[in-house]
Amino acid sequence: MSDSAGVKDVTAEKPAETKEAVELTAGDRQKVVTPEYMFFEAPRERAFITGSEAAKEAIRRSNVDVAISYPITPQSETMQQVGSLWAEGYVKEYYRGEEEIGVMSAIAGSSRAGARSMTATAGPGLMRGMEVIASWPGGRIPAVLLIMCRVVNAPLAIQPDNVELAYLLNCGIILLHGENQQDFFDYTMKAFLISERPEITLPVAVAVDGFFVTHARGYVNLPSKDIKLPPRDPYAEAVPAMDNENPPARLSRDAPIQKSNFISYQVHASWQQEVWAANERARRYINKYMGGLIEVVNPDAEIMLIASGSAVSQSREAVRQAEEEHNTKVGLIKVRSIRPFPTPELRAACKHAKRIIVPEFNYMGWLHREIVTALYGHSKAEIFAGPRVYGGMSMPTEMILQTIFPEKKFIF
Amino acid sequence: MSVKNISITPGWEKYMTKEYQDLVERGPYGKQKKVSEMGSFKEVLEEHPMCAGCAMTLFIRLTMVGLPNPEHTVLIGTAGCGRLALTQTSIPFIYGNYGDTNAVASGLKRGLEVRFKDQAKDVVVMAGDGGLADIGFSAVMHSWFRKERFTTIMLDNEVYGNTGGQESGMTERGALLKMAPKGKMFEKMDMMGLAQTAGVAYIARLTPTNPTRVASVVRKAVMIAREVGPTFIQAYTSCNIEYAIPTPKVLDDAREIEAKRYGFTEIISDEAKAYLDSIDTSKKVKK
Repeated sequence: MSDSAGVKDVTAEKPAETKEAVELTAGDRQKVVTPEYMFFEAPRERAFITGSEAAKEAIRRSNVDVAISYPITPQSETMQQVGSLWAEGYVKEYYRGEEEIGVMSAIAGSSRAGARSMTATAGPGLMRGMEVIASWPGGRIPAVLLIMCRVVNAPLAIQPDNVELAYLLNCGIILLHGENQQDFFDYTMKAFLISERPEITLPVAVAVDGFFVTHARGYVNLPSKDIKLPPRDPYAEAVPAMDNENPPARLSRDAPIQKSNFISYQVHASWQQEVWAANERARRYINKYMGGLIEVVNPDAEIMLIASGSAVSQSREAVRQAEEEHNTKVGLIKVRSIRPFPTPELRAACKHAKRIIVPEFNYMGWLHREIVTALYGHSKAEIFAGPRVYGGMSMPTEMILQTIFPEKKFIF
Repeated sequence: MSVKNISITPGWEKYMTKEYQDLVERGPYGKQKKVSEMGSFKEVLEEHPMCAGCAMTLFIRLTMVGLPNPEHTVLIGTAGCGRLALTQTSIPFIYGNYGDTNAVASGLKRGLEVRFKDQAKDVVVMAGDGGLADIGFSAVMHSWFRKERFTTIMLDNEVYGNTGGQESGMTERGALLKMAPKGKMFEKMDMMGLAQTAGVAYIARLTPTNPTRVASVVRKAVMIAREVGPTFIQAYTSCNIEYAIPTPKVLDDAREIEAKRYGFTEIISDEAKAYLDSIDTSKKVKK
């Protein structure tokens, strides 16, 4: 990964062809630019597109080697559009896998081959692939997983509900939760860079709430499609690629720790510690590329809303209504990164808070639990458990206003 | 990787183990080894915890001799006895999740093809009958239907050996094993037939009774996978513990089973046959 500024010609990177001239693909014709140029300097044009299209545009510019798809609502549209990118020559390899265990395993394979790899799933698909996904961090697999949240519980439904993210909190994967189409575009590209850093070398999941983001249109500022991120360098990562160009890697990818003796306990313990330490080291790049693990609106307010995903958009509107219609300044903390969790950031941002409200799009309130754990002993604020919607419901701003102004009566 | 990559820095030879020195000087990197050369280097580098007399260990050692291009090969396995020896070979070995071998191999092979346009990289799955026919069944079948270009080798001991002797889909009907307290109720799965249905280019069934044949079958399977399409080897590698075969009788048992129901069989597609005809396998394998 190059840290030098400016634009360089990708064609210079290709070795001279000795045989017949090879036709350049659309991807070959894109220019490799630095992450800084792509994220902060490249001129952008505003487009009105769905979240699925935003993901597609991110993949187009991310120099992806291998993308593996499997349909599930509401994700299908994204990976079928990535298929179009492969047909157009922006992605080098693509196929439809057999089901999610197969797909997540194949991603583990292609990533170990040293190829930049990505897939996407939703709800029950995430649950099916979970055994494999939970093993990626320990395998030190750099890869990007896009998640379009939907109901996972019975009775079966396709509606938005982000309870599935609770299942990802304890496996070591880096988890980013986007608010809207623009976030989905930006976080996805940044995820590749964070994932492949030598001191991180972990998978990154980028989640958005299904339908609200994936199927609805929003404004997205896009840089030119003629530029792309630098390629992955699999020899500058925590664990070398399994391409038999390195002496055989012994530790992470074979089975000495399967033996039951004191060395195996020690190996496994230190390995887990290192996975979580690497997860924490992602903070530096989340700060650098994404403007921090949290965003704070009205930092001095005594009532703070804390939210992630689509709940942020509803909270923003509630903050506006509280100020314009009820003459009350309410604060908002948008949590961009769920893992690593912004514990020190939240403690600092909630120092003056008297009431904290956590709107969520799931029944059991995983974000509330995370916040309570983070703030315990560091805040005297009452931390309100809700409001919550689930099973596909949308969250009227009146629901949030009702928790801000319990003495008033809102109709929703 | 070439033998150059594993060569010892001058002056450090005396600090390296005998096994490593043998690997560099007499090992298979850069030269096709013959079965008659076995013992001049260790195919399995370190101590492995396989049981005494294990037929699977013998089969794995023979496979290591048969691989046409070990310096550009990556092995994939799953839970089971085989990986206890496979992790100790001089070839990178991926040990993933339960039954994920053929899905991992699909991604790995395609990823390697993206990255190495001018260097064939061989991917070889070696896993047990439980790993491939039961828990990994879907991934195996789909990798075959997709015509993924790698070799699948089933170490068929007809039992879950590593977990202590439970029935598998490849167990013979009637066999009395754990989780089959009244004897297995259904037939041994016909993986050869399924491979044929799925259009596997080269299918072979054998036992380790003929070492040269094992090496030659492995060589053919890996080369056909590189050039034509998926290949499958189903190898009888008895579990002398769970089937109570006395250690000195392991090969006698293999010969008996071979004569009774596990005879050497090869099913080669026309395309694979044409490829084999186009190369002379008796000479040094083309890299």
